[in-house]
Amino acid sequence: MIKAILIFNNHGKPRLSKFYEHYTEDTEQQIIRETFHLVSKRDDNVCNFLEGGMLIGGSDNKLIYRHYATLYFVFCVDSSESELGILDLIQVFVETLDKCFENVCELDLIFHMDKVHNILSEMVMGGMVLETNMNEIITQVDAQNKMEKSEAGIAGAPARAVSAVKNMNLPEIPRNINIGDISIKVPNLPSFK
Amino acid sequence: MALKMVKGSIDRMFDKNLQDLVRGIRNHKEDEAKYISTCIDEIKQELKQDNIAVKANAVCKLTYLQMLGYDVSWAAFNIVEVMSSSKFTYKRIGYLAASQCFHEGTDVIMLTTNQIRKDLSSPNQYDTGVALTGLSCFVTPDLARDLANDIMTLMSHTKPFIRKKAVLIMYKVFLKYPESLRPAFPRLKEKLEDPDPGVQSAAVNVICELARRNPKNYLSLAPLFFKLMTSSTNNWVLIKIIKLFGALTPLEPRLGKKLIEPLTNLIHSTSAMSLLYECVNTVIAVLISLSSGMPNHSASIQLCVQKLRILIEDSDQNLKYLGLLAMSKILKTHPKSVQSHKDLILQCLDDKDESIRLRALDLLYGMVSKKNLMEIVKKLMLHMDKAEGTTYRDELLTKIIDICSQSNYQYITNFEWYISILVELTRLEGTRHGHLIASQMLDVAIRVKAIRGFAVAQMAMLLDNAHMLTGNTQRNGICEVLYAAAWICGEFSEHLKDPLQTLEAMLRPKVATLPGHIQAVYVQNVAKLFATVLRGQEGVPDRQVAQETSQLLIDRLPLFVQSANLEVQERASCILQLVKYVQKLQQKEVQVAEEVTALFAGELNPVAPKAQKKVPVPEGLDLDAWINEPPSESESEDEKPKAVFAQEEQRPTRPRHPEVDEKELARRREARKQEQANNPFYIKASPSSQKVYAETPGVEHIPVVQIDLSVPLKVPGMPMSDQYVKLEEERRQREKAERKKKKEKKRRKDKCGRGHRAESGGESEEDITPAHTVDIVTEEMPENALPSDEDDKDPSDPHKALDIDLDKPLVDNEKLPVRAHRPPDALKSPVEGGEGEGVAQEPKKKSKKDKKEKEKRKSKERKKSKEEKKKNKHGQERGEEPEAGSAEEPAAMAAAAEATTPPAVTTAEVSDLDFWLSSAPVPSNKKEAAVPVPEVVPDAAPVSEPDEPKDAELEEPKSSKHKKKKQKKEKEDRDKKKKKRHHRHHSDGGRAESVRNGEEEEEEEPLPPMSNYCLLAENPYIKMSYDIQGNLQDGSQVVVSVIFENKSSSSSFLKCMEFNVLDSLNSKLQRPEGASPHEAVTIPFQLPPGVSNEARFVFSVQSIVMPQKLKGTLAFIVKSEDSSTHEKLDFKLHFTCTSYMITTPCYSDAFAKLLESGDLKASSVRLEGVSMPFHHLLARICFHHHFSVVERIDSCASMYSRSIQGHHVCLLVKTVDQTVSIDAKCDEPSLLENVLQEIKQTFAKC
Repeated sequence: MIKAILIFNNHGKPRLSKFYEHYTEDTEQQIIRETFHLVSKRDDNVCNFLEGGMLIGGSDNKLIYRHYATLYFVFCVDSSESELGILDLIQVFVETLDKCFENVCELDLIFHMDKVHNILSEMVMGGMVLETNMNEIITQVDAQNKMEKSEAGIAGAPARAVSAVKNMNLPEIPRNINIGDISIKVPNLPSFK
Repeated sequence: MALKMVKGSIDRMFDKNLQDLVRGIRNHKEDEAKYISTCIDEIKQELKQDNIAVKANAVCKLTYLQMLGYDVSWAAFNIVEVMSSSKFTYKRIGYLAASQCFHEGTDVIMLTTNQIRKDLSSPNQYDTGVALTGLSCFVTPDLARDLANDIMTLMSHTKPFIRKKAVLIMYKVFLKYPESLRPAFPRLKEKLEDPDPGVQSAAVNVICELARRNPKNYLSLAPLFFKLMTSSTNNWVLIKIIKLFGALTPLEPRLGKKLIEPLTNLIHSTSAMSLLYECVNTVIAVLISLSSGMPNHSASIQLCVQKLRILIEDSDQNLKYLGLLAMSKILKTHPKSVQSHKDLILQCLDDKDESIRLRALDLLYGMVSKKNLMEIVKKLMLHMDKAEGTTYRDELLTKIIDICSQSNYQYITNFEWYISILVELTRLEGTRHGHLIASQMLDVAIRVKAIRGFAVAQMAMLLDNAHMLTGNTQRNGICEVLYAAAWICGEFSEHLKDPLQTLEAMLRPKVATLPGHIQAVYVQNVAKLFATVLRGQEGVPDRQVAQETSQLLIDRLPLFVQSANLEVQERASCILQLVKYVQKLQQKEVQVAEEVTALFAGELNPVAPKAQKKVPVPEGLDLDAWINEPPSESESEDEKPKAVFAQEEQRPTRPRHPEVDEKELARRREARKQEQANNPFYIKASPSSQKVYAETPGVEHIPVVQIDLSVPLKVPGMPMSDQYVKLEEERRQREKAERKKKKEKKRRKDKCGRGHRAESGGESEEDITPAHTVDIVTEEMPENALPSDEDDKDPSDPHKALDIDLDKPLVDNEKLPVRAHRPPDALKSPVEGGEGEGVAQEPKKKSKKDKKEKEKRKSKERKKSKEEKKKNKHGQERGEEPEAGSAEEPAAMAAAAEATTPPAVTTAEVSDLDFWLSSAPVPSNKKEAAVPVPEVVPDAAPVSEPDEPKDAELEEPKSSKHKKKKQKKEKEDRDKKKKKRHHRHHSDGGRAESVRNGEEEEEEEPLPPMSNYCLLAENPYIKMSYDIQGNLQDGSQVVVSVIFENKSSSSSFLKCMEFNVLDSLNSKLQRPEGASPHEAVTIPFQLPPGVSNEARFVFSVQSIVMPQKLKGTLAFIVKSEDSSTHEKLDFKLHFTCTSYMITTPCYSDAFAKLLESGDLKASSVRLEGVSMPFHHLLARICFHHHFSVVERIDSCASMYSRSIQGHHVCLLVKTVDQTVSIDAKCDEPSLLENVLQEIKQTFAKC
């Protein structure tokens, strides 16, 4: 079982948090903080596993993480999951994000947390891995997005226009400002097959 | 004003969406909290509006805020509103929000049941998908109970997208509602062979998760998983299955034997590291479970260790880590093979990665031996110096103690060395593990009698240098060792050289700065020392010393009497009074030593930790009953008894306690003051009394002179452990030499004795004798202790509830709850895609407790349920004829022709598992051979025949509609059967009482185990047995499965086996491409002694109407230790007509049509003297001749089968008084004739 999936940046700001067990908001924040604390002090060339099991129930648990550019992707799993399998799964996740957002970068995750959740929900459900095939995930996500669009129909057009205008007006969105803009380089790792 | 209005409406149109919110937060970095609180106000406004789009937007923003740590549970109801929107866009937002913040305590969840049910059955698959995803995060026991049935239905949805989600969520449902497990399990099992890989993977996931917690209930699935393992190409699924096998093997060693080979093959063949690693892991698990009996298992270990070494040497830190992790598992059972890699592991201790260092430390634990313990510990001590002030150092410390103390100090040869190591460890600054060291010191000193003298001397030294330990840092954990030191010096004071000096050291004023529990021990042991001193002075004429000692105590003890710690205070006052009395007696020149010593007579032995638990509660004692009236609740809440001897367990949490209490106290004081200030009737205390309160003497108020020592931490006179290493070396050398001498003497004595005994291998473990004769005192147990040693599971573990026997047949009342208003006719008309399939009848599970009860009232209940069933039936099917009472009898007798009946399934499965396990391991490329379960049992419920849908599909590729209907019908039948035995199928309403396909009896005697494998040929080396099965896909092919068993008694391998058959015109062995028509087929495995394995050969046949025999030869090489010989074995393969038949289910209507068609030729046969029960007879025909029962009425049954080339064979079997007549029809008379002859032969044999 996967106990939690966390994405935060190099400064520990949460970009996505998905807990498959219930915790209060305060505990969740504490878990994120502590996880960040543990993960961030590790070099990039050390192993991707951490036995910080005390955070989320018991010593059976492991933190398995990957660090891409400005973001940490952390999975907290118990012993029924294969360590390398989860690493591959993270890779699949990031590659999927990359496909869905077209050169994903931290800003995408910041502004579209809901979409990230939707993608994730096609991969992992209730703490168990649902699908590992990237094409299948993308197909389903696209189909659902298409449906959303068709529902919005004509009514959606003005709303999109408005949001486009908003984006134009504000100086903040351009991708070349602060830390958020480095696109996550997806290295070519042996993908999961 | 108007402008404002316009602006307001524009604002509305420009409502802040999620992106705006995020942007806003980023623009308000300095006053984020304030900005968010205004945002939340806006959201609250938005939520009040009727427009669902606005609400959804607000909920979406709340989800984001929830991630930032804001509690949004106040909006739970609005989330439910958004969830119930008809638009997918909003629904998705709602479910996402719900999945993020709903939990079991959310009360609005109960409002969602119907909404979720509606979404689950929505025609839009994505609505269903979103609902399932959401539900997986917040399912509660109530939801699970109410929705289990709906989700079960979805497991057979047409869309794999829904199926996989439904399968996966079942795990959550099981957790919350364990009763659903048994009714749902058959279908879950079915899904293991779903055509969609995603669904399959989901099912594997769920079963693995279930099996991990309660493996024994899932053993019977092993063949199925084995098949999946050898056929699946999805690495994710493979990993899961292999992990599952790892959990199963400890329960069934035979399974392990079977696994070794395919796993080894995988290890060799796979390129995926993740898979390789899991394979190695499971092989290790197998090896652990096979403690012995596997001849080539050292080879497997070598392979694992080798592969792991490659991993550890890899530059990828992840692989290194995992390699070490897996290595530590091998270590437990095969330490020798790991020990050879000591160099590598010690090297990993220096790795820059802490995770890796920790893993390497774990490994060290098992690698120590008597021989290398000192060396390893020395190395660790060096690391310790380097790793100052880190948690890693603490870890090192615990590891040192772990490896030394493991298995009762097994590896310690010199306890003096160990004590000095412990003393050295006390010099670590800032460690948290003082208490651990202390308990080790106590343990060693108490249990190793021989070492007490040395230990006491060391401890006395420690006490003398206590200032070193307490040092500058006040809250230094290491001062805990003083607890041990004081106790040891006191308890074993007879070993002290200079008790007076120690006594003096223990009474220094600085002691008062130590934590209370240590002071208490000091005080108590001061008394013991006092007794010793007095005894020492007994015979001495000069009483000066004794009297001075008393005076010393009287001078110093008052310091402790003033201690803030009650324990210290009490002990100190007692002892002070005692000493004063003693002093009085001394002044009267009375001999007191004897009596004072008597106070501490007797030895304190270690008590087993479980001792208390094991004392049985005497009869009639109710521990829960109040002795007195229960006190009012306000009392005794904060009081925590602080017993001195119970301290050890509480130690780790100790440092926090005072803080918390202090704060809490301050808060309460504050609150009280407030209250008093507001209370006009309260007379305020004078300021002076407050002061008194604040100045209660406590430890912190005693002036402490800080001594700043800049001396190196080398305590003069303390032993260095290093020197022991040298001494030990010398000692061993000496001993060795002595031994050699002895041996030489011996050898001279018996020169003709066995001279070749292994002496050259250096000193073995046993050669090293401990320096002291160690007599380790065992722990004390109460006299009447209970022998049981059950380890108690955590009762709160949710998985405990899922420990359910899944092989037991479902009982009538085991069904999932269904909503009452579900239209009953949902059953009647088969719905496309299996939706609503047999829902209402799905049997329900019973909890374990109930089972017991049930057995008691079995007969009663049966009657009852029958009545109930009757009622149900009447309710459902109007116009049905009332059942004749006597009709029950034939039904009760009705034979379980196939394994369909649940009891038969159980036995069949169990015996199948046994059979599967006992037969040979199967090479990975031959998949189906491994699974007799699905193949062997014809026309069974999905419980026993997961293949069924596939079969049906292949059989009727055109009419998938029909197929589904069929399946559906069948399913209903099954369900009905469980509900009601001989219950007419609704579609053929008017017929007489009949038992149709799959409607079998429950209380049947189990069928004897059957196997279709018959002997092919045998010689002293090898035994071959075979079975022939038609190939479903290709009408011109049959598959011959041959089991090869190595029978050779000596340890000889069979290798290079080659299988060849002399082809006939009609039948040909299919040889690999490019091979010549007479070439032999090489069998892709070797056979170690005693092992059997199965290979499959495909034959192509043209005509199937006649049986035929093919001659063949097996050539192989027998390789024993010193020789290898070529051997040959001739055999005759007998292709019976039966082997061309394929079990195919058929329905009575189709069957009737077939008979009416007039295309079939008839024939008949009579069997005399068949004494077996009718259902056994049918079962045999089904099993051996691949028939299925179409319909059964009393002692008459119609059966059907089909040949691989599509010939229909219909049988009508009747039995009267041991005579069985079989009337048969087939469109190919000679085939029919042959089949009937073969049936006759089958029964002639028995």
